[in-house]
Amino acid sequence: MATIAELGIRYRSGEATPTGVVRAYLERIEALNPQVRAYFTVTRDTALAQAEAAEKRLKAGAPLGLLDGIPLAIKDVICTKGIRTACGSKILEPFVPPYDATVIARLGAAGAIILGKTNMDEFAMGSSTENSAFFPTRNPWDLGRVPGGSSGGSAAAVAADLALGALGSDTGGSIRQPAAFCGTVGLKPTYGRVSRYGLVAFASSLDQIGPFARDVRGAALILQAIAGHDPLDSTSTEVPVPDYTAALGRGIEGLRVGVPAEYFIEGMDPEVEAAVRAAIDVLKGLGARTEKVSLPHTDYALAAYYLIAPAEASSNLARYDGVKYGYRAAGGKDLIQMYGRTRAEGFGAEVKRRIMLGTYALSAGYYEAYYGKAQRVRTLVRRDFQQAFERVDLLVCPTAPSVAFKLGDKEDPLQMYLCDVFTIPVNLAGLPGLSLPGGFTATGLPIGLQLIGKPFDEATLLSAAYAYEQVTPWHTRAPELA
Amino acid sequence: MAEPKITLAEVEHVARLARLDLSEPEKKRMRFQLDAILTYIDKLRRLDTDDVEPTSHAIPMVNVMREDEVRPCLPTEEMLANAPEREGDFVRVPRIIEE
Repeated sequence: MATIAELGIRYRSGEATPTGVVRAYLERIEALNPQVRAYFTVTRDTALAQAEAAEKRLKAGAPLGLLDGIPLAIKDVICTKGIRTACGSKILEPFVPPYDATVIARLGAAGAIILGKTNMDEFAMGSSTENSAFFPTRNPWDLGRVPGGSSGGSAAAVAADLALGALGSDTGGSIRQPAAFCGTVGLKPTYGRVSRYGLVAFASSLDQIGPFARDVRGAALILQAIAGHDPLDSTSTEVPVPDYTAALGRGIEGLRVGVPAEYFIEGMDPEVEAAVRAAIDVLKGLGARTEKVSLPHTDYALAAYYLIAPAEASSNLARYDGVKYGYRAAGGKDLIQMYGRTRAEGFGAEVKRRIMLGTYALSAGYYEAYYGKAQRVRTLVRRDFQQAFERVDLLVCPTAPSVAFKLGDKEDPLQMYLCDVFTIPVNLAGLPGLSLPGGFTATGLPIGLQLIGKPFDEATLLSAAYAYEQVTPWHTRAPELA
Repeated sequence: MAEPKITLAEVEHVARLARLDLSEPEKKRMRFQLDAILTYIDKLRRLDTDDVEPTSHAIPMVNVMREDEVRPCLPTEEMLANAPEREGDFVRVPRIIEE
């Protein structure tokens, strides 16, 4: 199993060609996707056409960059011109975007090849990919378990080697938690680091696009291609983008690493805790200075999130009305009835729940008590991190309190929400967070290690993750699929 | 089990605001599920936030301005291709005004 950087080297030496590699991936997808169900749409023809173009460039000695000819998978929440973008929802099932998201245009300009669109929890709402309106995705390490979510299809595709890397989106942990469950690297960049033009909106003050890859260098290469200001997204910032791969080798000697006490809680999986504690020792052995820090409002972050995210979602999802695009219910005798039926038939249970919760939190009489309160608590969560980052350069903790659970195990919505208790605070504070393989349970399930950085300091996250990866074997393991 | 803090009438009111035609079983289920979530969320009341400013955006931003210039937009035909029902260059919808 190659990495993005390794395949690039083989392309440039002529040992491998993009058409050969893409054909092999398409064959592998055909053989294994029926079990893993990572892809919702496979874009065979366009992938082969893109591969031929990449091959010509490579043969002419003029590749577009280090991603030229690299086959990737894209979460179905990101608009792709001419390729159906259903977002895991019946209401968008017929939707074919007339334009590309900025991240897709940038990957195209870098020569990357899109193998297909990956399955996800409907509108990115969920932590297991079981909320897809179409089918659940399976965890490649144990097909009876979930891959995490909501970017479960992207994580499973990378873990099962059905793509070399992928894009996902992360509103409350939707890149990092599936990365942890599937044993891949997943990075949520700082809010504003990557353009969201063409990302189907869930909660606009939290959503961020980021990469999955099998190793840290791969994630750095994808981030390099997609990061930076975009005039089409006014929330993307003009902060300069550094050279991420150049930062990888800088080591962590003397780096101050904070260990937040609140991220080691009662009830968490003891194997997860043991693996994360062992990883902290590895970082120490590499010369990092670790110290305990406190993020006292951690316990309130989840509650604040489940007001803020549904409130924003209820507003964003008001656009699905059966008028300009998407599904429309038949038989509505007037416009109001058509709206109500279209949305009742088009949305799944979790999306309806969040629309209801958000509408309730924003409604007259409840706004200040719920939404206003949550925004104030958000300030407290942000301050916790600001104070910690006065003393340390990054934080290390588990990505999730457990490893991948069995399909159907978390039918109670609140139990599902609690999966994201360690990832949500990072979104509320707008910080970059990275999950990387940090060990395995005795039964062979991956454990995720989370690194949290200062705003726009993805370079430090990547360099620390890279240093850890170089001295640990976890990323070299692959699930057995046949 | 205690009576949920959210009434069935409130569920119906919110569903109407959200333009969601929920079935009777859905309304009942929604009432108990929202109650469980709101009970969990109630822990926020333990925090004194009177002197805390709200955060709407994690990264502080001021208004982003640009020149108001005429630029090409997406072609009408491509935009209408996704419409569930169309008539000529228009999107067709059920009637809005009472006869």
